[in-house]
Amino acid sequence: MQRESLNIMIGGEAGQGLVTIGQILAKALVRSGYWIVVSQSYMSRVRGGHNTFTIRASAQPLDGPREGVDLLVALNQETLDLHQGELAPGSRVLADRGLSCAAAPCLNVPYAELAEERYLNTVAVGVAGGLLGLAPGLLQELLSAQLHKLSDQVKAENQQALGAALAWLKKQPHDFAPLPPAKEQGRRLMLSGNEAIALGALAGGLKFLAFYPMTPSTSIALTVIAQAQKMGVATEQAEDELAAVNMALGAAYAGAPAMVCTSGGGYALMTEGLSLAGMSETPLVIALAMRPGPATGLPTRSEQGDLNFALYGGHGEFPRAALTPGTVEECFAAGARALRLAEDFQTPVFILTDQFLADSYRAVQPFDLGAIQPVRPGGLEPGPDYQRYALTDSGVSPRALPGFGPGLVVADSDEHGQDGHISEDLALRVVMQDKRLRKHKGLQEAVWPPVFSGPEEAELLLVSWGSSRGPVAEAARGLAAQGRQAATCHFGQVWPLDPAQFLERFQRAGQVVVVEGNAGGQFAGLLRRETGFAAHRLITRYDGLNFTPEYILRQLAE
Amino acid sequence: MVTSEDYGQFETAWCPGCGNFGILKALKQALAASDLAPNQVLLVSGIGQAAKTPHYLRCNCFNGLHGRSLPAATGAALANPELKVVVTSGDGCHYGEGGNHFLAALRRNVDLTVLVHDNQIYGLTKGQASPTSLEGMHTKAQPDGVHSYPFNPVAVAVSCHAGLVARGYAGEVEHLAGLIQLGLAHRGLALIDILQPCVSFNKLNTYQWYGQRVYKLGAEHDPGDWEAAIKLSYEFGERIPLGVIYENQRLAFQDHYSVLQKGPLARQAVDHGILAQVMEGFF
Repeated sequence: MQRESLNIMIGGEAGQGLVTIGQILAKALVRSGYWIVVSQSYMSRVRGGHNTFTIRASAQPLDGPREGVDLLVALNQETLDLHQGELAPGSRVLADRGLSCAAAPCLNVPYAELAEERYLNTVAVGVAGGLLGLAPGLLQELLSAQLHKLSDQVKAENQQALGAALAWLKKQPHDFAPLPPAKEQGRRLMLSGNEAIALGALAGGLKFLAFYPMTPSTSIALTVIAQAQKMGVATEQAEDELAAVNMALGAAYAGAPAMVCTSGGGYALMTEGLSLAGMSETPLVIALAMRPGPATGLPTRSEQGDLNFALYGGHGEFPRAALTPGTVEECFAAGARALRLAEDFQTPVFILTDQFLADSYRAVQPFDLGAIQPVRPGGLEPGPDYQRYALTDSGVSPRALPGFGPGLVVADSDEHGQDGHISEDLALRVVMQDKRLRKHKGLQEAVWPPVFSGPEEAELLLVSWGSSRGPVAEAARGLAAQGRQAATCHFGQVWPLDPAQFLERFQRAGQVVVVEGNAGGQFAGLLRRETGFAAHRLITRYDGLNFTPEYILRQLAE
Repeated sequence: MVTSEDYGQFETAWCPGCGNFGILKALKQALAASDLAPNQVLLVSGIGQAAKTPHYLRCNCFNGLHGRSLPAATGAALANPELKVVVTSGDGCHYGEGGNHFLAALRRNVDLTVLVHDNQIYGLTKGQASPTSLEGMHTKAQPDGVHSYPFNPVAVAVSCHAGLVARGYAGEVEHLAGLIQLGLAHRGLALIDILQPCVSFNKLNTYQWYGQRVYKLGAEHDPGDWEAAIKLSYEFGERIPLGVIYENQRLAFQDHYSVLQKGPLARQAVDHGILAQVMEGFF
């Protein structure tokens, strides 16, 4: 049996090393020329519980995850019990001899005979990697890279465990069908959405990052911090999100392109500073990795529930932009783009992502760094008569930095005149508010247009924003295979909107279905409010899991 | 040679007789005596009557949000190590709304000169208790008197090993200017808690009240003696000491950042060659 794609699920307790197994297998697949989409599901605890790391792999390009399991690496009984029902025809379970497989097609691995208990996950890499037909030399190399900080003895014992697992598997009769060999793909990166946002921001000129740890945003900060010294970035773990956003604003005012990363509750604290960014016209990037709310909600799961909060958070009225990348490549582009927009329009810019995309590893082609012009404030020397908020047609005032010339740079959270000094002249208030709001037009002209795919005259148009892009694309392919005229439209930026870029095509489509990961249909509501266009149908999901093509097709069939 | 006049004279929104006038005068004197020109100085403030100070002298200014001046100042200091960053706000801003930031800033020991206009009352909102209001003080919002024990910023700052901890008095301008000058010269966080009468709303802690209690520390006190400083920091009653209570030579927060040794971040180009090497780690 040849497979088009293969789902490998590694399941166990937090602390059993299942992410390490998953990362090594995923990277081995990428190096072998396969495409991957990783979905991680984990509980809000450090030890115990039930977590999974699922890799969908294929020799053909992939857009999203799929349901079902073809190879289940069960590190405990709970994984077997919970996921047996998802096993697809021709699947295999790798389980310790002590576990009860019932009717599942198990390959019982004698972990204790193959290596010491602490090398259990290395044995799992060996057996699973062997079943997948991955080259032993590649697995050895990736295992060494994973263990580079450990002692030579530990490295040697791990390699022994890997060798024992591969040798054991050779002696086992099994008819598990791996993927067909993949074509050589050249060098590709394996990146998660959050890593891509961080690297994109570094490419775009990021010089300052402050954060307070919050799942699922923390890995953005950790990726920046790991490269901060090399890349000339100052970072700080703030005492709270109020501090993080105000540190970023202070840094940006003084000339360091700045970003904060957070999730719903942390962003709630940041809204005060968001409003300050709007009033003081200070560039600010907020990477908001969404998880289900309200309040603490489901801290480690996925949702697209904070779109309205991003668009309307902060007191008063001020311009903003919201990027909603749907792929890892778009996450990278958004990291750089957000810094550019924030600097050019001196206002806050969001990157909205969610737990699914944040933690989803993919194989991506190397980026063309030469195509990115990093932001570089400080080109303008403040002269003796410099006015921070000089009136202009675009609403954007030439931005100089304090200390970079004889003039003074005065920024204020109170209403102020062109010189930045506090004012309660009510006529001036109107002039200054109009100035700030004029920047919306420029932001709208700079918007990333939505991306259409599929037939021009579609009977069905599936609309996505953010991480639902991939599952929607796969669902549309499924519909096309059934002979349906299905097209897709993905919004990589949801604010501002330019109806000229999409409205006419929406009106021509037979049925427009908005697919978004929240209960209320927040983007569908935004579309209606901004264009008057009411989507014919809404497909929502708010159980903490990401969309899958199967889920979308099931909903459409109802 | 910089003079006080270089910092200008502006009309203010303060009440006649306000302690802020003395603080403003002392600040200008200290900046001039430190030979700092207005364009080298960044004043960061929050919200309140004290936080309007940056509008009343020539300087770079980031007048941010209530309670958030310390994080904004920290960010600016980490972006441009060449700026002399001075924070000026009131007791409500620093010790109330911004309490968590105050603790964190002391622990970080960021190179900032922090002036707290401590009038033991909320002035701009017309006379409610502040964190430093004395127990029993009556206000319209606390008609039965303040029930909470007063916050002791000096003791907290000494306990957190802030770089320099001093107390000044708005009624002693020359002495205060000297303290601010010491703060500007100190590499690390210099907290100057400044007793300041509020002539409109604080009828308890008046010029007369402070005048009868304050005294200037002499050579008998060694600011390097932490235990003596802790003990002295609790002297606030019949006698209130003015001067440097505590000083250490902890490394300033900025000095931990190698990237800041190369000057302002805005002057450092983004190196895509290095980023390409970083990307190698993800293949």
